[in-house]
Amino acid sequence: MYQLLKQVARTGIVTEPAPGPDEALRELQQRLGAAVLAHFGRSLAVRHVDAGSCNGCELEIHAANGPHYNLERLGIKFVASPRHADLLLVTGPVSRHMEVALRRTYDATPDPKLVVAIGDCGCTGGIFGESYASCGRVSNVIPVDVAVPGCPPPPLEIMRGILTAVSRKPGIR
Amino acid sequence: MRLPELPVDVVPVPGALPAFHATIAADALSGLCRDALAQNARLVALWGSDETTRGSGYAVHVALAITSGLLWVSVPLSGERPAYPSVADVFPCAGRMQRAASDLLGIRATGAADERPWLRHGAWPEDAYPLRKAFEAATRFAREDDRYAFVRVEGEGVHEIPVGPVHAGTIEPGHFRFSVVGEKVLRLEERLGYAHKGIEKRFEAMTLEQGAKLAGRVSGDSTVAYAWAYAMAAEGAAGTEPPARALALRGVLLELERIANHLGDLGFLGNDVALSFGFFQFWRMKEELLRLQHRLFGHRYLMDAVVPGGVACDLGGREAALLIERLTTVEREASTLKAIYDEHAGAQDRFIMTGQVLPELAEKMGLTGLAGRASGIRHDVRVDHPVRPYVDFPVRMAVHVRGDVAARLSVRFDELFESVRLVQAIVRDLPSGAVRVPVPAPAAGRRGVGWVEGWRGDVLVALDTGEGGRLHRVHTHDPSWQNWPLVERSVLGNIVPDFPLINKSFNLSYSGHDL
Repeated sequence: MYQLLKQVARTGIVTEPAPGPDEALRELQQRLGAAVLAHFGRSLAVRHVDAGSCNGCELEIHAANGPHYNLERLGIKFVASPRHADLLLVTGPVSRHMEVALRRTYDATPDPKLVVAIGDCGCTGGIFGESYASCGRVSNVIPVDVAVPGCPPPPLEIMRGILTAVSRKPGIR
Repeated sequence: MRLPELPVDVVPVPGALPAFHATIAADALSGLCRDALAQNARLVALWGSDETTRGSGYAVHVALAITSGLLWVSVPLSGERPAYPSVADVFPCAGRMQRAASDLLGIRATGAADERPWLRHGAWPEDAYPLRKAFEAATRFAREDDRYAFVRVEGEGVHEIPVGPVHAGTIEPGHFRFSVVGEKVLRLEERLGYAHKGIEKRFEAMTLEQGAKLAGRVSGDSTVAYAWAYAMAAEGAAGTEPPARALALRGVLLELERIANHLGDLGFLGNDVALSFGFFQFWRMKEELLRLQHRLFGHRYLMDAVVPGGVACDLGGREAALLIERLTTVEREASTLKAIYDEHAGAQDRFIMTGQVLPELAEKMGLTGLAGRASGIRHDVRVDHPVRPYVDFPVRMAVHVRGDVAARLSVRFDELFESVRLVQAIVRDLPSGAVRVPVPAPAAGRRGVGWVEGWRGDVLVALDTGEGGRLHRVHTHDPSWQNWPLVERSVLGNIVPDFPLINKSFNLSYSGHDL
């Protein structure tokens, strides 16, 4: 236990400042009212769905929960069930084998809800495109509020995407 | 020519590896596999191809790891009723590969015990075969009812727990069907294929050069291993040899990929036994390494760094010093954390004797890679058939025999330290010169193979060139094919809450398997 505590003390806090939202990532107009966003902004429950990715985006989502980014300090918490979620974080081109599961996950998420598509594949279908096996971009299957490009997008961009989804356009009340 | 260990005529496959190709008749396949098994051969991969555009029928291909190297056996099959005798009785891990070949190409393994579909869930009908040349990649079929005949466990008090394809954590999609009594697992049946996105069909619309980017995205966590295997296959087919500096840098990139993934897994294994200290410590180290990789090589996960003909990055003297320094820190900190893990009674109690795969079962079922080495399977492509830079920098193989979560953890620590040593040694002795040479478009009908020991295990890429610089067939094989069935076995008798820990200790790929 002494060694463990010593390591904790020696490491200190490595968490860095969080990014701000970026309107350029927004796909759909903000659908949620100020009151809802005020609550979401403080306590947002996120459900991740891998709809067919290569696992690259998952690595960066994990990293966003690591000590340098520490998403949870912003009140953004990953939850184990869509029933508990306010926001779906969806990666991958949607494989046709995941199409039904993704729709059901979306339906199981209570309103009001938001969807953030992660990665080039989630934004456009990426290198896998559309085919007998792939539906392509996430918005081909469920409505997407914010799309974050990148292969994979680094943790700060993923955070920015989530924060954009729960922010209002500057100047609009 | 003849191989010393098997009575079959072979021709060498050009390239960096000792690889050989043989064509045999369908009725000789089973016998050859039996002979090979008697010589301690392992099945690396089994896949099919459509040769109807070349004036014949279909073919099934088998890749075997033999003492001399890699043996690629092709078996021509009829165009009307393509079938071959199952080899799953010789190599049990062939079962799912045969089912996949049946789903994708309609080539049947006769006498197989399990003929359920594997990669086909209802996105295409039973009589359509996506990898046949006549099948248009863009074809969309109406979704069929998707019912899979899971094996039912019956008896008093038995109930089923279905898990996935959408999981509770941030992981890839797959389905696990547990049959349990109380908390004890009586049976686990996996169902994979949810991440099938048509990768192999996609290759066939690409040129040799374009395929490199796709290969690097078969499994994002193993992008270097796949890109190198693809490049090795492409260079063999084109008759190109990359410069020495490029080969050395590939070794650096592959070992960095191993270090980064092992750091992540060591953190997760701590997290899964409620030692979140471990997660934060290892993920801090991983993040610092990823940032340096981005700075030195242009990408946090080293995607698109390995290309046919060489590498798309270089390492200057000052950057090399930074890398050596960073890895010295990684080694020191990982040693401290290893001592903390080792002495943490609560963590060790969860790790030891959990999710055990004994060496005998591992050998019979073909367990491979990191998990194989944790169960006494002494194979590592870098050691068995070293290519440069491993010829000049021999790898010390990490092996354990207990085959439990603790053993897989221990192998990760050992490999982490060994990879640090390797990267530092290679970087200190980098050959000078170019890092990339042009790769001419090969003629049609050229074969190439790439076989690389990624962090998870051996990745294979088998490639056959087509007309006009296109790819006729590319098969990418992930070691997860061999190891997934052992996850089913390793949880038997364990309790359900230990499954996430056991699963994480293997950390297998879904995307690399589902293709």
